[in-house]
Amino acid sequence: MTPRELAAGQTFETVVVADLKRTQIVQYAGASGDYNPLHTDEIYATKIAGYPSVFAHGMLTMGLTGQAVAGLVGAENLLQFGVRFTAQVWPGDTLTVRCSVVRVGAQDAELSVSTVNAGGTEVMAGYAHARLVT
Amino acid sequence: MAAPRFPIEAGHVLAFARALGAADAGLPIPGDVAPPTFAIAGAQFDPDYPLRPRPGVPWHGSGGDAGLVTEGAGGLHAEQHFVYHRPVRVGDVLSGAARPGQEWEKHGRSGRLRFREQITEFRDEAGELVVTARSVSVQREAW
Repeated sequence: MTPRELAAGQTFETVVVADLKRTQIVQYAGASGDYNPLHTDEIYATKIAGYPSVFAHGMLTMGLTGQAVAGLVGAENLLQFGVRFTAQVWPGDTLTVRCSVVRVGAQDAELSVSTVNAGGTEVMAGYAHARLVT
Repeated sequence: MAAPRFPIEAGHVLAFARALGAADAGLPIPGDVAPPTFAIAGAQFDPDYPLRPRPGVPWHGSGGDAGLVTEGAGGLHAEQHFVYHRPVRVGDVLSGAARPGQEWEKHGRSGRLRFREQITEFRDEAGELVVTARSVSVQREAW
């Protein structure tokens, strides 16, 4: 799919992770440099911080979502990408990204982006703005 | 995040893309575009980044015991926004400089929520702006 083929009103869905493993969260911690033990240290997350388990970095969810957005418009064409984190992502979650084409202009396109878990709860909501390849 | 020198290295981009479940296409080559959120990994090049264990600095995670409650470390990431002035490419050497943005509060049933914005500008070696990152963190404070 090249950005040229985008049309307003289209929606694209992609599963970006199925049954999220704690190991992938650790992998993201190592690659990003964010070693907050809330994400990687089950004992700390449960006994000290009072959460039911560790949970994913918001930036892991944004990164997974960004890969789906980049797959649609091309990472080199992105002008803006922004999100709000609306619910936590836990080990075992399956995340689906929905990208809806809001507007297509002569030179650019705007998308709304929503990432939901298997229960249908939105965990992240945002937007992307991309240049169209000429 | 303050990353005085943030080289966009092929191996780092590969490890980051793998963590995001990317199909392994091998080591990126100079000029390849990094994943859209890669600027956040500039944390690796912030000498004082607080969410990385550092020699001589107490760490709050579990070891012999379950860890420590830390003052001010309990903030959660509420929002993240990137403006791309041009793509981030393998071979770039960026520098990231952070400044505080706006602060605001919301009052909820369980206490006060304090939101803080931080803006980080990533520039290339020519001083040209490459990415502007705006992060919003939220901290819950008791009444």
